[in-house]
Amino acid sequence: MADETLDASGLNCPLPILKTKKALSKMSAGQILEVISTDAGSVKDIEAFCNQTGNKLISNVEDGGKFVFTIEKV
Amino acid sequence: MSDKDDNKMTIIATKGTFDWAFPPFIIASTGVAMDKEVTIFFTFYGLNLLLKDTSKLRVSPLGNPGMPMKMPFGPKWLQKIDFGPRIPNILWSIPGTEALVTWLMKKTMAKHGVAKLEDLRDMCQEFDVKFIACEMTVELFGFNKEDFIDGVEFAGAASYFDEAATGDHHLYM
Repeated sequence: MADETLDASGLNCPLPILKTKKALSKMSAGQILEVISTDAGSVKDIEAFCNQTGNKLISNVEDGGKFVFTIEKV
Repeated sequence: MSDKDDNKMTIIATKGTFDWAFPPFIIASTGVAMDKEVTIFFTFYGLNLLLKDTSKLRVSPLGNPGMPMKMPFGPKWLQKIDFGPRIPNILWSIPGTEALVTWLMKKTMAKHGVAKLEDLRDMCQEFDVKFIACEMTVELFGFNKEDFIDGVEFAGAASYFDEAATGDHHLYM
């Protein structure tokens, strides 16, 4: 179960990433953030974001045009 | 968060039209979100991007053949047509067309959930992107420092080199 949920539906690059960064910065290590996005580009981008920042992408599920990412903060 | 020196990134922003205002702020804000330490050096027309009032920024279709021009509203068949290559360039010299096209581009961006220019810029500042305005061009073009947003440093080319001395990610836009 996620500690926080961020709904970035309808937002386009780079807003889902910027909002994810902001949400994570308010959380503590080990907590889980769920990000919902409708921007298809965010699939690659969230992955790249986690790669670079060290946060852990636990899952990435597409659900009827919505992309749901589960990220664990480092 | 990394505090490595090679994590620094700089951008030189030289363009002052509405369309070209976006790339520096998009790349800078995303860079900081990905733990880079980012400085933007605004020079020549790029200084326009630091004005408090950005409502005068325009995109010009005149002599801009790479610009797709599609309607942001209306029936689907109409929205698919790219008017860019169909409209003779001479028409774009009619007064008011620049404002019209800028308005249409803003509509298109809003429809696609693209951030507003001011919001992206605010986010850059919130994320501590450093904004440096080129002092020489501020004076050259007769800008008033009061016309710029708060938090801008005024300095010269040598300061850019100081910022760019470390890191391996430097872009010219």
